[in-house]
Amino acid sequence: MSYSDKVLDHYNNPRNVGSFAKDDPSVGTGVVGAPECGDVMKLQLRISDDGVIEDAKFKTFGCGSAIASSSYVTELVKGKKIDEAMAIKNTVIVKELNLPPVKIHCSVLAEDAIKAAITDWKKRKGDTREAAAAEPAKAHKG
Amino acid sequence: MVKTPIYMDNHATTPCDRRVLDAMLPYFTDKFGNAASRNHSFGWEAEEGVDKARNQIANLVGAKSKEIVFTSGATESDNLAIKGIVEFYKDKGNHIITCVTEHKAVLDSCRALERQGKATVTYLPVDKYGMVDPDAVRRAITDKTVLISIMYANNEIGTIHPIAEIGKIAKEKGVVFHCDAVQAVGKIPVDVEKDGIDLLAMSGHKIYGPKGVGALYVRSKGPRVRLTPIIDGGGHERGMRSGTLNVTGIVGFGAACEIAGHEMAAEAARLTELRNRLQAGIFERLDEVYVNGHPTERLPGNLNVSFAYVEGESLLMGISDIAVSSGSACTSATLEPSYVIRALGINEELAHSSIRFGIGRFNTAEEVDYVSERVSKEVKRLREMSPLYEMAKDGVDLKSVQWKS
Repeated sequence: MSYSDKVLDHYNNPRNVGSFAKDDPSVGTGVVGAPECGDVMKLQLRISDDGVIEDAKFKTFGCGSAIASSSYVTELVKGKKIDEAMAIKNTVIVKELNLPPVKIHCSVLAEDAIKAAITDWKKRKGDTREAAAAEPAKAHKG
Repeated sequence: MVKTPIYMDNHATTPCDRRVLDAMLPYFTDKFGNAASRNHSFGWEAEEGVDKARNQIANLVGAKSKEIVFTSGATESDNLAIKGIVEFYKDKGNHIITCVTEHKAVLDSCRALERQGKATVTYLPVDKYGMVDPDAVRRAITDKTVLISIMYANNEIGTIHPIAEIGKIAKEKGVVFHCDAVQAVGKIPVDVEKDGIDLLAMSGHKIYGPKGVGALYVRSKGPRVRLTPIIDGGGHERGMRSGTLNVTGIVGFGAACEIAGHEMAAEAARLTELRNRLQAGIFERLDEVYVNGHPTERLPGNLNVSFAYVEGESLLMGISDIAVSSGSACTSATLEPSYVIRALGINEELAHSSIRFGIGRFNTAEEVDYVSERVSKEVKRLREMSPLYEMAKDGVDLKSVQWKS
């Protein structure tokens, strides 16, 4: 299988790799996917009090298309209001990265990561009504 | 400086050896006859080439030349062995014993027979090294068992099964023993007598011969094994496989067998050293790397490694100047990692992280050093990008995480 130039570019030069401090109240964290499926994405968004995404960081375990999808999403959401970001559809990612049908799940995962991160941020802000909709993965110290 | 791209996927296929090609060339042009033409010199010449190849192949596996049936490749050989035996011995029974890590040519032949209601199949498990237990084979035999099919060495993890023990059990119980020896023939000693093998599938292109040619050894004595052909026609190959012989391919396959036989001892030692060098090079640079397969009973050129916290396909993408193969099948619709790696019982995340290195005749120590450095560098880069690596370093037990997928 060959990869599109844009996938290769994001894979070779991923944008915004890294992590924000988890206890920062302005940061929402979304972790989606599962190791046994071969894809785990962690997307973190720093969101201002008035609901604008100021910064984004990601870490991804997965194939090149999964890495590219999450890298692209960090660029896509920056500067957007949270309701705009919530409305981002995976098809935007598919189109931008020219993903083949077998890789569409990578874009779905990236869409889910945005929603999970924003939901987490809302929950931290105390808005539990909306947070009930999509709960991010829970990690327990072992 | 090594020349890239580097080919290190010699379990998938091998380049044709120049000496093999030289042996083949006259048979494309001057000696083009049909080996079945009995009444002119063109036919005799072609037949001579085929006869020589038959001897070369038989010699490599301790068989008699008339026991070699030429096919289009090992997939056909496996199909012929399994379907041919089940059909021929259908009045005696319908039970097959095989193993979960067999090649698809074996597994899917068995499944086809199950689907058609022609056979019931026992798929034996393997231990954590990918080895089948001979006692489990013995216990699985019933009075309906007509075939045991266990591969000589596994194509992904290189594990060599206890074939001679299984052969002995098969003989004791009077069950036909088929062995897919595609990865073993020409690499390690295979002897149908010592190993008690009744049917043996082989392939040309895995041993520096051409693609599109293979063979099935069919035991002629003690016991005489009989099978129903799956391809009917002119009655070539003693009626077991009709169709004009692929003379050029067969000549090349024969030459490849002779070379492999001559060079086996020295080459196996060289490949083992290169494999160990590759393993050491990777292990000294990285933590949390695990070898899949048997620590000692494995093919000389095989190294299958799981790089924890890194997904195999993305690793392959990062080392695009090195041709190796991933146990992860992320490109397939199933999103499931290799069934062979899963059969070892290792955790799913590690199964997604496996890479198979297949070192071959034309690989050098310089290439091995380049590969271990290049792979290690890329694994480190991807781990910096991996949320799993971060969680593990933070002391999170990944097994305790409730993943939301």
